[in-house]
Amino acid sequence: MALWIMAGITFREAARKKILWTALIAGFGFLVLFGLGLHYQLDDFNRGDMSAFLRYQILSAMLMVGLYTMDLLAVVMTILTSVDTISGEIASRTIQAIATKPMARWEVVVGKWLGFTGMLAFYVTMMFGGTLAVGYWIGGVTAQHPFRGGLLVFLECILALTVTFMFGTWFSTLTNGVIVLGLHGLAFLGGWIEQMSGFAEGSRLVLLGVLSSLIMPSEAVWRRAAFEMESPLAGSLQFSPFADISVPSLTMIGYAVVYLLISLSIAIYHFHQRDL
Amino acid sequence: MSLETARGAAPESPLNYSDNFALQTQNLRKVFGDKVAVRGLSLSVRRGEIFGFLGPNGAGKSTSIKMLLGLVKPSAGEAVVLGAPLGDVDVRRKIGFLPEDFRFYDWLTAAELLELHGRLSGVPADKLRERVPALLDLVGLTPHRDKRLQNFSKGMHQRIGLAQALVHEPELIFLDEPTSGLDPMGRRLVRDILRAQRDRGATVFLNSHLLSEIEITCDQVVFIREGEVITSRDLRQQHEEEIRVVVRARKLNPEHVAGLARWTTSAQLVDEQLTLTTRSHDALPDILRHLVAAGADIYQFTPERLSLEELFVQIMGEDRGL
Repeated sequence: MALWIMAGITFREAARKKILWTALIAGFGFLVLFGLGLHYQLDDFNRGDMSAFLRYQILSAMLMVGLYTMDLLAVVMTILTSVDTISGEIASRTIQAIATKPMARWEVVVGKWLGFTGMLAFYVTMMFGGTLAVGYWIGGVTAQHPFRGGLLVFLECILALTVTFMFGTWFSTLTNGVIVLGLHGLAFLGGWIEQMSGFAEGSRLVLLGVLSSLIMPSEAVWRRAAFEMESPLAGSLQFSPFADISVPSLTMIGYAVVYLLISLSIAIYHFHQRDL
Repeated sequence: MSLETARGAAPESPLNYSDNFALQTQNLRKVFGDKVAVRGLSLSVRRGEIFGFLGPNGAGKSTSIKMLLGLVKPSAGEAVVLGAPLGDVDVRRKIGFLPEDFRFYDWLTAAELLELHGRLSGVPADKLRERVPALLDLVGLTPHRDKRLQNFSKGMHQRIGLAQALVHEPELIFLDEPTSGLDPMGRRLVRDILRAQRDRGATVFLNSHLLSEIEITCDQVVFIREGEVITSRDLRQQHEEEIRVVVRARKLNPEHVAGLARWTTSAQLVDEQLTLTTRSHDALPDILRHLVAAGADIYQFTPERLSLEELFVQIMGEDRGL
């Protein structure tokens, strides 16, 4: 019961503090820009004599760029909105009035986590769905497996959320933010290094990419999402930056899920053990 | 006196639990790294009393309260709170807590905050519908029930913090500096609320730097230093303690002084100053009437009792700086 009260109050906090609405307004701005870009691209195509096949591949690549931007926005929004939730409440001593209520400490952590997960589900649905709708409505293109892609983007967000929660039980808000954004930056760079291995055919680059994905698997989850969403032809032709040069395996996705569960367990354990 | 053990209690001696007490601790200790915050707290608080917890800055008061509430894990020792060991989750339904400088989600309104704390404490929704307006009325915040906490003054935060501590009608209430930031009317309100809580049978554990407030409100106080109980006082029995009276008068002689024996425990006349002690406050008018009837010209008649503040300084010593 207390678990769901905490989840509800966390969701309400996001809505009442306008975090969610600000993120959605920013997301709407992104969708408008993306739609305009597609529209002008299509307009230019119509004035030329480009083949329908090539035109479709370029528009598909643009859709992937749109989805990638949406994914980045969602991950950054996840980290920024949740970075203060545990560490900030410990620092301000707000947590004392909560942790002395008849509820176990794990319920505080899991309740808040569920509240944020609900908020992320709403945000990702709106943004991911909005990007796909703009792509289909203006450009006439769609993702290959949108449901799988959407689920993987959601997984990437709750992975970032959980890691933020875990470090939030140890460090101050600022330190937590630096660590989590740093980890995501590492994963981002590692993912691109691995992607570049296709051009250099270097196994050392792949190894670097895999290692960075093991440290923080968020970017690997996105690359798997991109693989699922991109058309097979565009992927195999290496037509876009998200071509299937080095596709994270399902084992890596399983690793990401285990990573998430272990991070959540550590967050619960450390919050239970620490003095407040 | 409800103090069971002060210094030097054997750590291995088991806590002798009694249902007469709302809480009992035995050699409770907390160490942060190499710093000993609470050396060995042993005390007992009777049910239904207002208990004052006094000590200088850094004496370990807040850490002790946090241990009793399960916020901080003790390094050693044991404690029983309302019959349950430390950290018991279910017993928290019977415990209220006002932290020092109460702050909460400032996007909530006063009424929403009380509803949230009531729900988290397990109060049924239909009961909350009655409790929330009643509590807002009790702490004088009814006109501000729909105002967000971000627009509250410090005193208003304290008032709503006190209300949240009472929302589930707890048996044991911990209050850490409840009058901090309150004006004199607010302090009086808190005093009245604490007495009302005691009258309904609740136990109040009060940590405050305002010794005058403690003196007026508490039944029992303990003085702690470095996380150990130094001594305790039962303030209910204070009126039975000796009162010293300083009298400056002319035309007094030893016979007049001898005639005071039925009311006094000692009397000493030096020149024009008579210093006497009595055990009863009620005897003071009789003493004065006797002296006037004997023909003395009275210039000064001053009963004196050590205030809690004087007692505090006497026990703790002068401030030697941090």
